[in-house]
Amino acid sequence: MDGFSENIDPSRPTPDGLPEPGSSPPVGPAAWLRDRLRRTRVMTGVFYALMVEYRIEILLWAVATALPLIMLGLWSEAAASGKFVLGPLDTMRYFIAVFVVRQFTVAWVLYDFEYHVVSGKLTPFLLAPCDPTWRFFLIHIGEQGCRLPFVAALVGFAMLIYPEALRGTEARPGVWAPGWGRFALAVLAVFLAFAMRFFMQYALAMLAFWVERVSALEPVSFVPYVFLSGMVFPVTQLQAQYGDWAYELVLLTPFPWMAWFPASLLVPGVEVPIVRGFATQLVWIGVFLVLQRFLWHRGLRKYSAMGA
Amino acid sequence: MHRYLLTVGRFWSASIAAEAEYRANFFLALFTGLMTLGGSVLSLHLFYGAGHELGGWPWYQALAVMGVYTFLSGIQQTLLQPNRARVTEYVREGKLDFILLKPMDSQFWLSTHRISIWGLPDVVIGVLLTGYAIRQMPEAPGAWAAVGALVGVASAVCILYALGFILSAITVWVVKLDNATMALNALLEAGRYPIPAYAPAYRILFTFVLPVAFMTTVPVQVLYGQAWWAWLGGSLAYAIGVLAFSRWLWNRALGSYSSASS
Repeated sequence: MDGFSENIDPSRPTPDGLPEPGSSPPVGPAAWLRDRLRRTRVMTGVFYALMVEYRIEILLWAVATALPLIMLGLWSEAAASGKFVLGPLDTMRYFIAVFVVRQFTVAWVLYDFEYHVVSGKLTPFLLAPCDPTWRFFLIHIGEQGCRLPFVAALVGFAMLIYPEALRGTEARPGVWAPGWGRFALAVLAVFLAFAMRFFMQYALAMLAFWVERVSALEPVSFVPYVFLSGMVFPVTQLQAQYGDWAYELVLLTPFPWMAWFPASLLVPGVEVPIVRGFATQLVWIGVFLVLQRFLWHRGLRKYSAMGA
Repeated sequence: MHRYLLTVGRFWSASIAAEAEYRANFFLALFTGLMTLGGSVLSLHLFYGAGHELGGWPWYQALAVMGVYTFLSGIQQTLLQPNRARVTEYVREGKLDFILLKPMDSQFWLSTHRISIWGLPDVVIGVLLTGYAIRQMPEAPGAWAAVGALVGVASAVCILYALGFILSAITVWVVKLDNATMALNALLEAGRYPIPAYAPAYRILFTFVLPVAFMTTVPVQVLYGQAWWAWLGGSLAYAIGVLAFSRWLWNRALGSYSSASS
């Protein structure tokens, strides 16, 4: 992802956006908030434009994260036997929903951050009047904007293979519509799931201050994420097969809340622990954030000690 | 020939010496390999525990597919991926010029230059898992079935190599293609499970569009004597065809390569 960092300096004032350096700071909480919102909007716009340049890469990347669609081909056949927790229709919708959630929760901040630390390019960001976290976070949001058309295309492709997912089966006719309330909750849950995944990886990325190849550590969080998040199987299947202990054990980890929870919200008729879901997401974001801040402050001392 | 073998020996010992600097990586690779094994077996058990046989295959046969997949993924990480990742770099930075000047076949040089020992845990786990699954077979496979399965795995390695090298050759024209490799690997992940277990549209995709079925499903079926010799022939033909194509494409690519400085 090294190329993404070129020619971009988020602190540089733009004509319609950021204030000139040296201009008086905004006064009052409302002005402060307005200022922050404007900064966020401008930075996201800049990063979106930057990412559009890499749209073919992003298309390939969307394919590279299509594991839920592969699992769909396996589970749709299995669910037809009626031996599983989710029926045939819910299975199709669940895996398509997991695919969508996966697309909007991809994090690669670890690789970006590693590059910036190892090459010393983190230094200019430290001088900018804004925490580098924002830059890393918003460039992900910009990338998700570019991903939107490809996600729509791949979902359309899945719907061609499984038209029932959209229009319902004979046993359960009706268009796939989770209802506005549930849909709004799902959008929020997807965003929080992204924040969880991002800050989890970002906290791990801080180890780049101490080790040279922090990307070698990424599988330690990625492999359990793949298997326990609900991308490979719906977590509720564990409960049916091994009992409550297995299910509750997995729910104690952060992983199912990053995919299974938001995806289940998108499938009408599937029961989800809504309050617990949002509470758990917020708690984990807090944990990763505190960890990240702690490692950041310790690591920064180490970084400056390298002579940067 | 002797000169080539000697050079590969030198390449690999140099690579291993360089990688040995990161010794802790070995434990990481082993830990990751075991976690992946646990997750894969759990996912398989969720199907079989509920009484659904993937594509009508018995449990141990599906486990053998997973073993072959793990083995191939280890080979990929050890021999194929480290070299493939470099080709893009050589093209982008103009280092390909130096390689073309060497008194050695450039495709050979680019494909054997590096080895990464961190894929070895997966190779070992894959062999052990397949071996375990074979031992649980009701009767031991015949000698011909074993030979056929080994040929199938060998042609799977050739297909993997050739597909990767085709992508590398394309980088000569388009320069940046790292994500194409990622996309290919992600789609090949379907081979973790027997292909007959997939929905019909997927079976067509993973047999005729992408050769996933040839990688793991066909060798295991040959081993279990399910009379799929025609498939083995198809797998060999595919391997030879795609190897020849990678060779042809590389020569074309070099023909239009105009060096970094011109």
